[in-house]
Amino acid sequence: MSEPEEPTPPPEPVAAGGWAALGKALRFRASRGQILAGVLCAVLGFALVVQVRQNNEASLSGLSQADLVRILDETTSRGDALATEVNDLRSERDQLVSGSDKRQAALDALRRSAETQGILTGRLPAEGPGVVVTLTEPNGQIKPATMLNMLEELRNAGAEAIDLNGHRITASSAFAGIPGAVTIDGAELATPYVWTAIGEPDTIATALQIPGGALATVRSNGGEGDLRRGTKLEIRSVRALGEPQFATPVPPAAG
Amino acid sequence: MIAVIGLVVGVVAGLLLQPTVPLELQPYLPIAVVAALDALFGGLRAMLDGIFDDRVFLTSFLSNVVVAALIVFLGDQLGVGTQLSTAVVVVLGIRIFSNAASIRRHLFKA
Repeated sequence: MSEPEEPTPPPEPVAAGGWAALGKALRFRASRGQILAGVLCAVLGFALVVQVRQNNEASLSGLSQADLVRILDETTSRGDALATEVNDLRSERDQLVSGSDKRQAALDALRRSAETQGILTGRLPAEGPGVVVTLTEPNGQIKPATMLNMLEELRNAGAEAIDLNGHRITASSAFAGIPGAVTIDGAELATPYVWTAIGEPDTIATALQIPGGALATVRSNGGEGDLRRGTKLEIRSVRALGEPQFATPVPPAAG
Repeated sequence: MIAVIGLVVGVVAGLLLQPTVPLELQPYLPIAVVAALDALFGGLRAMLDGIFDDRVFLTSFLSNVVVAALIVFLGDQLGVGTQLSTAVVVVLGIRIFSNAASIRRHLFKA
């Protein structure tokens, strides 16, 4: 394919050395060989530049079919792996989100429950609509039983938080004493007795004022009752509850 | 001299025209270029040996290009196009190196 293999007899010895031969070849001679070499070199230069440009422009278009298939395979499997990873991460995120949702819901339920329990047990201050009943003793003395009757009536009417002279009344509150010296949970009360009850004002007022009811009993004791309704009453007194000494919660039934 | 001018003209033409290689020719053009480079170096060496012959140069140039393209085509058909292209490039590269060494010996006596 190349010249040295051709059995051409050397026409002229290059005794003058390589540079002389090169210079001789570079001399401008319009011989057939020179023109032919020039044309072929032009073709070569053209192809060279085109190929280089092509290679720089589009790296994929110059590849063989096998290479393209391989690249496609790699890309596809990489895409599959990434899609799988996306799915995994998405399900993990969903789990975390729903987990935190459940947790949040449980916390909210607990908080609401704690608020309800706190108001009902007198652990938390409360506010809302209700009535204020002021009992005075102009003509006699109110008996402890009358006070208990009053409390029962308030509870029956749906009062949710009750305060008497700054004492929070709860399920364990107890009246004692004698007429004129009523005590609540061991603390002596002074007149006037001011009941503050948070609940439906109309219901409570009606319940207290029925004939033979709580206020009627107060009057039969020689006292006077003054009932006012309020749209926004506040009970600031609270009652600290100790841990139950004997009772423990029943463990929830399995299943 | 005309060869050098031809090379420059070809490069300039390629830069100016910016042709796109037809899709069918794309796998063969790089191999053909390497084969033509081999022929070019062979021609240069023959010139320094004093045995340059334009007919031989033309024949070797064209046959190098055609044979290289044929080998790649055959390799593509057989499913070993990539490997065969590599083989052709390696062989042509070795030839270019040996021709370059011969030219170097002529020019630098070393």
